[in-house]
Amino acid sequence: MDFVNQLQRKFIDYSSSLHREGIVDDQFTQLRKLEDENSPHFVMEVASLFFEDCEKLINNMAIALEQKQGVDFKQIEECIHQLKGSSSSIGAMRVKNACIAFRSFSGAQNREGCLRCLQQLSHEYSLLKNKLQTLFRVSVASRCLYVCLVIFCRENEHAEPFPDVLVFQLEKQIVAAGGSIPRVH
Amino acid sequence: MDKGLPAKREITFETELFGSKTFLIYVEPVFSKAGETIGINYMGMDITDQVRKRERMIKIREEIAVQKAKETELNRTIHITEETMRAKQMLATMSHEIRSPLSGVVSMSEILATTKLDREQRQLLNVMLSSGDLVLQLINDILDLSKVESGVMKLEATKFRPREVVKHVLQTAAASLQKILTLEGNVADDVPIEVIGDVLRIRQILTNLISNAIKFTHEGKVGVKLYVVPEPPFAKEGSQHGSDGSTVNQTTTNVPKEETCTSTSQTSSDQRGFHGKKHEGSCQNRSQSEPGTPVMNGKIDVTEEQAELPETTVWIRCDVYDTGIGIPENALPTLFKKYMQVSADHARKYGGTGLGLAICKQLVELMGGRLTVSSRVHCGSTFTFILPYKVSLSCDHSDDSDDPDDLSDMDDHGDSDDDATNGFFQFQPRTLGSLFSSNGSSRTQKLLAHNIGHVNSHKINGFSENYCSFPTSNGQAKEMDLVEDACSVAEALEISSEPECSFSHSPDHDSESAICRGRRHHNDVNAENKVSSIDVSTYSETSREVDVKVKISEPQLPAERQGRSDSGSQSTLNTSQEVSNSISKPKILLVEDNKINVLVTQSMMKQLGHTIDVVNNGVQAVRAVQCHSYDLVLMDVCMPVMDGLQATRLIRSFEETGNWDAAAKAGIERPSPSSDSLQPDCTPPKHIPIIAMTANALSESAEECFANGMDSFVSKPVTFQKLKECLEQYLP
Repeated sequence: MDFVNQLQRKFIDYSSSLHREGIVDDQFTQLRKLEDENSPHFVMEVASLFFEDCEKLINNMAIALEQKQGVDFKQIEECIHQLKGSSSSIGAMRVKNACIAFRSFSGAQNREGCLRCLQQLSHEYSLLKNKLQTLFRVSVASRCLYVCLVIFCRENEHAEPFPDVLVFQLEKQIVAAGGSIPRVH
Repeated sequence: MDKGLPAKREITFETELFGSKTFLIYVEPVFSKAGETIGINYMGMDITDQVRKRERMIKIREEIAVQKAKETELNRTIHITEETMRAKQMLATMSHEIRSPLSGVVSMSEILATTKLDREQRQLLNVMLSSGDLVLQLINDILDLSKVESGVMKLEATKFRPREVVKHVLQTAAASLQKILTLEGNVADDVPIEVIGDVLRIRQILTNLISNAIKFTHEGKVGVKLYVVPEPPFAKEGSQHGSDGSTVNQTTTNVPKEETCTSTSQTSSDQRGFHGKKHEGSCQNRSQSEPGTPVMNGKIDVTEEQAELPETTVWIRCDVYDTGIGIPENALPTLFKKYMQVSADHARKYGGTGLGLAICKQLVELMGGRLTVSSRVHCGSTFTFILPYKVSLSCDHSDDSDDPDDLSDMDDHGDSDDDATNGFFQFQPRTLGSLFSSNGSSRTQKLLAHNIGHVNSHKINGFSENYCSFPTSNGQAKEMDLVEDACSVAEALEISSEPECSFSHSPDHDSESAICRGRRHHNDVNAENKVSSIDVSTYSETSREVDVKVKISEPQLPAERQGRSDSGSQSTLNTSQEVSNSISKPKILLVEDNKINVLVTQSMMKQLGHTIDVVNNGVQAVRAVQCHSYDLVLMDVCMPVMDGLQATRLIRSFEETGNWDAAAKAGIERPSPSSDSLQPDCTPPKHIPIIAMTANALSESAEECFANGMDSFVSKPVTFQKLKECLEQYLP
């Protein structure tokens, strides 16, 4: 059981690190509150939607900035507006800030500046996506494992309390998330 | 004296008068002035009482320590039990949650399989499907196991024909057999034609054992042998659980705690072997707990009860044998333990969850039997289970015979008679195709046709909710019944299979996903199809027999998986349920173009207890207000087509003038008046509170919002707090 507690702590630590690093802010916490028995994967769903949306907008902006005839800054501004709205709604703070910076350049119709901002935006987006996906993987896996553990652990004091496969997967994910595996028993 | 030093000692004397007495003796030498010892001072103290007290103190301390240890142990147990309860609860819930999206994936893949795909895509898809099925199966296994343990599983007592069960299970196995193996079944002549038992569970056990056998056998044969045996010794003993007194080769040495559910229900002294309810209304073994099952009251009761009731009990032994790789001696004791595979290599090579045998063992023991194994490495293994079955002495019921009306065009009297008495079958993988096409389809028709007329005699093959779209009209209602039955049964026992050619005209075979979805949509479907619910109620419980298709746990998939035409509609059915009409609740309109903002706001509103209507721009907002009466409007400011400020202006103009001319000028056609609470033109329209949702851009200043007619504004991102305040302020 100690292992499970450690696991849960790892998960909490990881998610607080996201807040500390500014990758997500309070709005994200609000979203987590929306998860209940009726919509247990709400955050994951919204995040997936956001990822899709974000990728599309970044793509559109990239294409717009490449236009030789002339850059349609109005279109870019619209994209930024959309992205700022979405990122602010889900609490993706750094993405939102990148959008704000981007907007001033697009307002000034500065193509170079816009390109730099777009790059920054892409970077922040990838970072967010990576971190959130890891968070989700660990949370789902740890939920499964916890349940299996609690039920079957008590039965076998001598034998392995849970299937090797699950442990292995989980260990991989924890390590991938930057954690370490405590040695148990 | 010699040493010249005082000494003290405790000496115990046994006295006749006073018993054992302890004295503390203190002796000290007395020295003369010169230093010579001239004598001793001798003192004696009776410390008997003190000694007694001392000993008692020690004992008391010991007892306290023991007590404390017991307490901590007890507390620990309580904690664990509580946790377990919670976890099991969570498991059940989670299993459902895991199952739902998974079955979604599986169903979608199945649909995909019906579309045009190239070879590579098809291969990938097959992997997807088999993986999904495997995981679903794992979850079902885990759920099964926890159900059996927690004692929730109830046993049925239905009449069935063992020969048909055996034949059917073998047929099913043969259908998805990918290796060259011979499957054979042999039912001894003394096995009755019909017995009473929990056919579903028995089928599950048989299928599991057979699929294991197939999995671990690469050449030769796998077979089932069924024969009657005299009442085994373990049935007569019955008082200790875990006594392995049967004559069969016992290899299960360690009895897991879960067995207490079955054994204690039969062996605890306060139960007379009837309704062994030890746990929360569980382990109910209604008809089975009567004579013949291990009752610890001894032989006398058994014979007494046997004399009273008009049924006898027959013990049937079933051997599932194979010529496979065998099981090494050292692996035998742990074979039936959960999650145990013979070795890690085995697990890797052969896959599987390691749960099947544990479940089988528990089920067998729950039914009052024993499951054992004997094996030789490289030669083969034989799994044996002995179970008691009741046999109705009044065997030849009228419901056994074929109802001529339902037979339509099938001449299968001969068939059923053969099945009833035929005890030997053999199946080879390749030729099975022809076997089915000549026999199977007609058999299928017969089975379907017999459904209503026959309450028990023929096995009804599986179903899925697809059968709603089944072409045969007379089959339709029946299939729905099957779905209903299956769904309710499948809740306790979720297994299914895909015998690919059992149905000549079936659109598909079901899978767990169908059953699971069937469960979820169960209510939806039943609401739509009243026929099914009525028909089901006319079935008598005891004589109805429904088969659930059983799945072979092989990683390879049968070649064809045909899609479901209505699965798509079924899933939308579920989602459409989310859109509820809140007639009595306040009507709220959200005007927002960003999908994500919509999702977040909608969810927050849902948690606050409100369902909202959503439109995506100003034009739609105006139209919505024209058609319905809203109590509150949340208006995003920046939107394409028409922004929030203009939309608000138009709505306010209507409220002031009572007409929609301004809107018409802006290009919004007034829709034909709908019946939905439109304000008649004579009374002034109600002022709708409109809240702006601003993103704090320069163009969305507060003054501008107010100037355009908004009542208030909230700045994005939208949070619970902001929404709550809005609702409190503007909703009555």
